[in-house]
Formats: sequence, structure tokens, C-alpha cells
Amino acid sequence: MVTLNSFLVLGALVFCIGLFGALSKRNAVAILMSIEIMLNAVNISLVAYASTFQSYAGAGHGERLTGQIFAIFIITVAAAEAAVALAMIIAIYRRRSTIDVGQINLMRW
Amino acid sequence: MSIDVATVAFYVIAITLVGSSLAVVLLRNIVHAALFLAVVFGAAAGIYVLLNAEFIAIVQILIYAGAVTILVLFAIMLTRNAMSQSSSPFSGQTWLAAIIAVALAAGLIFTVGASQMALGAPNSSANLAHAINGGGSVARIGQLLYSPFNYSYVLPFEIASVVLLAAIIGAIVIGRED
Repeated sequence: MVTLNSFLVLGALVFCIGLFGALSKRNAVAILMSIEIMLNAVNISLVAYASTFQSYAGAGHGERLTGQIFAIFIITVAAAEAAVALAMIIAIYRRRSTIDVGQINLMRW
Repeated sequence: MSIDVATVAFYVIAITLVGSSLAVVLLRNIVHAALFLAVVFGAAAGIYVLLNAEFIAIVQILIYAGAVTILVLFAIMLTRNAMSQSSSPFSGQTWLAAIIAVALAAGLIFTVGASQMALGAPNSSANLAHAINGGGSVARIGQLLYSPFNYSYVLPFEIASVVLLAAIIGAIVIGRED
């Protein structure tokens, strides 16, 4: 029997795998891929909540699909963020010939 | 324990999702990691179909598995250097990152299991009946995004279009060669 807990545990696992990738990789594009994995895991949790409460019509607003609307906006903003981040990575590569985040450390204390 | 198609489908897609995301963060060759990222996006779309969110599943395939994967592959292609084959893809903080990730996963899974709220299930009888008789989620999402008279999210939708415009202009200006 697949309950809401199964989807939430799946979302938590995938989020933590993405978090490990974002914290430990050296290539900037690999860090961006791990961030996309984290955003997908959050979307899974939101849509799981939306489908659990879809038959709850409270306060006269009709059926609530709030999690799915939130997921649409997260997909939109994640796509925009991926475009800007990859443009920055390409610009950095043009200047420094490297995208190793250990070597792009001019602002490091 | 009842073995029905929904349970088997959930576990197959969940194992695919977790395995592909592990491949993305652990593989040495970044092009292979980008291809497994496409598999991650496809498996997430499968999860959305299991949750009766078919519009979100199609949007996920279109935008993530379609556009974002190609964007990532282009960026990998334009930034290929000798670093990608020779040395380790992990920085010096790999073990600390692994400890943090495992601790966070343990905390989140414990919180989900120990929750006192009486939650339902996405496949409970009420939710399944609602999904089958409701005629799909596309019409309801359309009302929730665009309706000027009922309760809707039309203002965040318009602001999201401004966000996309800003991202387009920003990406063009930042990536310009001059």
C-alpha cells in the first residue's frame, strides 16, 4: 500500500542525494545538475500533498490543487535559473578557462 | 500486503529515480551524469502520473527532460577541458557532505514516520474516486492559473512571465561575447 509517507520519504531521499552532489562536486555544471535534482525532489513532495488533499474542498474555493500550482511555478523558476547559471558558467569559462569551483576563489577569505 | 499495479509501478519508478540520481552525483564522466539526469526527470514525470498530476508530468517532460537537459549538455560541451578526465570529480569536502546528507535524510525520514497528523493517501478511496470522476486536472489547473473571477493564482502567473523575461535578458547579456 503506497501512502503519502512513501512519496515524502522518496522526496527526502532524492533531495539529500542532490544535496550531497551540490556540496561535494568540483565541476560547476555538476553542481547545477545536483540543484536541479533537489528542485525535482521538492516538486515530488508538493504534488504528493496536492493529490492527497485533492478531494478536500474548503472555504468555498473548490478543489485545491495548490501543490501542483506551486510545482508549476517551481519548474518555471528552475528553468529560468538554469539558463542564467549556465550563461554565467560559460562566461566564467571564457575568462578563466576553468570551471573548477575550487579555483574560482577570488572572494575567498 | 496487496500486490497491485500501482504499488509495483511506484517501487519500480522510485528505484529508478533514486538510482539515477545516485548515478548523477557519483559518476566521473559528466556527460554520463547529464544523461542520467534526463532519466531522473523522466522518472519524476512517472511519479507525477502516479499522483494523478498528468499535466505536471507533461510539463516536466517538456521543460526539464526537453529543454533543461539540452541546456546542460550544451554547457558541458562548451566547457570541456582536461579537468574532466584526469582528476577526481569530488572536492575535499566529500566526507563532510556525505555526513550532512545522511544526517538530513535520517532526520527527514524520521520526521515523516513520526508525524502525528492523520494524513490520507494519494490512492485512498475518496481521492481515487475524485480523480476518476473529476475529469482530469488540466481544467482545474487552468481555472486556478487564469480565472479572473474565482480564486486563482493569476497574479503569480503574470509575475512568472516577468521572471522569465528577466532570465532571458540576463542570460543573453551575461553570455555575450565582447
